[in-house]
Amino acid sequence: MWTFVLRRIAIMIPQLLLLSVLIFILAKMMPGDALTGQLASHPQMDARTLAEIREKLGLNDPFYVQYARWIGGLLHGDLGLSYIHQQPVTTLLGERIGNTVLLSACTLLFTYLLAVPLGIASGRWTDSWADKLIVGYSYVSFATPLFIFAVVMLFVFGFELGWFPTGGSVDIQVAKGSFGYYANKLHHLLLPSLSGALISTVGIIQYLRSEIVETKLKDFVKTARAKGIPETHIYWRHILRNSIIPIAAFLGYEITGLIGGSVFLESIFSYPGIGQLFLQSITQRDYSVVTALVMISGVAALLGTLLSDIILSLVDPRIRIERQ
Amino acid sequence: MGQAVLQIEGLRVSFRIRGNYYSAVDGVSLAVHRNEVLAIVGESGCGKSALALSVMGLHDPVKTRLEGSVLFEGADLLALDRRELNRFRGRKIGMIFQDPQSALNPLMTAGRQIGEALDYHTTLSAAQKKRRTLELLRMVGIEEAEAVGGRYPHELSGGLRQRVMIAIAIACEPALMIADEPTTALDVTIQAQIMDLLKELQRQTGAGIMLITHDMGVVAEMADRVAVMYGGELVETADATTLFERPLHPYTRSLLKSIPSLQAPDERLHVIRGMVPPLHLMPTSGCRFQSRIDWIPVSAHEERPQLREVEPGHWVRCTCYREFALAGNDSS
Repeated sequence: MWTFVLRRIAIMIPQLLLLSVLIFILAKMMPGDALTGQLASHPQMDARTLAEIREKLGLNDPFYVQYARWIGGLLHGDLGLSYIHQQPVTTLLGERIGNTVLLSACTLLFTYLLAVPLGIASGRWTDSWADKLIVGYSYVSFATPLFIFAVVMLFVFGFELGWFPTGGSVDIQVAKGSFGYYANKLHHLLLPSLSGALISTVGIIQYLRSEIVETKLKDFVKTARAKGIPETHIYWRHILRNSIIPIAAFLGYEITGLIGGSVFLESIFSYPGIGQLFLQSITQRDYSVVTALVMISGVAALLGTLLSDIILSLVDPRIRIERQ
Repeated sequence: MGQAVLQIEGLRVSFRIRGNYYSAVDGVSLAVHRNEVLAIVGESGCGKSALALSVMGLHDPVKTRLEGSVLFEGADLLALDRRELNRFRGRKIGMIFQDPQSALNPLMTAGRQIGEALDYHTTLSAAQKKRRTLELLRMVGIEEAEAVGGRYPHELSGGLRQRVMIAIAIACEPALMIADEPTTALDVTIQAQIMDLLKELQRQTGAGIMLITHDMGVVAEMADRVAVMYGGELVETADATTLFERPLHPYTRSLLKSIPSLQAPDERLHVIRGMVPPLHLMPTSGCRFQSRIDWIPVSAHEERPQLREVEPGHWVRCTCYREFALAGNDSS
């Protein structure tokens, strides 16, 4: 098992290297650089000073030299300097990454809490009114764009009803570390993660439903009935266990998708996480931050697939990574 | 012949297809006795599996209509709800399916799947159940019972899987075993082993066996009595010897002629023309097999040919079997 994980991580190295080259080239191909972005705020800067700064920052070096410098820093955990925020990218990310992980985990939790029971109910009682209702909901949520739904949620529950805060990750006045602090943090998390979850359940519901409908017709379910096992047990022991496998494996990929989703959620709910930072940095051409964030989500995606493989090997005896 | 364990009377199994019901089994009456192997033979689509599944109540209750009666130990299985049925299924009636690859749950060990049958029908302790599981695995001819019991289906060979299936079926010493094409998915050499095993288990337990098959070789080897089905009806029943010596219905004769012969290897293999018509195209009057024979000796068919006892224990559903026999001609 552990050798497998290590081997998988070893395979990830060339993948990451390729990814880093790609990201770097793409970033360089984008028009302008960090200084073009700053020109607007410092109109007094003339072309000569600009050229001097460019030379000093190494922006005129051949791209492979720049790449080597960047990747060398990356290996030392140095993600470069944010020109906009005037601080190291690592410090900038440090505050926000925790928030994003928290939001993602919360969204994921709500998604599964909602989707798994609904998927099971709709797969077990196919064509009942409950099934039709659930399928109806999942289609509506599928058709609704997250950024519209989230805005509506924010408006209704944040502004109109005032049940939830409308921005931030925690109120400034609560003391750090106290119980109230965590409760306040959770309160800030609730609306964005619920909005995200309500929209992203469709995949799991539909997947689980069709798996159950399919598994119901399998021969081993007939065998179980022929054994005289009560129907409820047939569902739990035979049908559900076999249907849940793809869902479990889905979890890893879901994590990757959440990072993309957090861009919308964080921007709409003014939640200080890496998604919001990502969008800001792109508009401000803060490339060192953008490349670092794309790199991080690349690593997360690769770790997500690794996690999927590990989960799969744990729940499905047909897939054993290694036998000792 | 022992006492009847299963008595099927006028069984009709109809499936709903686009709002209409079509009968896959149409008025079948038969009995299985203790210590007896009753083979039910016929081509694909003639209703033999539908018959077997209805005894076990394994049809989709929404799309299936069952009429007639299936008597087992004085109870009409068709009249029972699922819970009551579970007092019989797995406990007094065991079933073996065609393809052990798909009939075993891929996520459960072989031993666990055998033990599961014991969970609901016995009051054994966990240790006793484990012992019984190992005993069952040995009964079906698996020497390394302990090792095989701990393996998952995909780690077992086809023959071993079918042995595990049989162990599940006999776990509670049923009075009746239903085997639905138990050897079709297996190698020829394994087929013989499985058949021998079934015979041996029957000798030990005295259970009645209802063997569904299309393989006349298996019938010849195993069956005490044979029921030939065509188009959802029984067309001929007799004890095995009689049926092989004096087949009367043209369909039975065709089936027997379709067995390749070792004596005349150059002979062209006999095939029955056409195929069993799908349910909604099944002729509603006259002989159902008529369309697949070239030569019909009589012009006037009965509206609905009846099963007639032509000699003790030998029943045929055919208007013109006599003419066929006289002419010495066969169905093609």
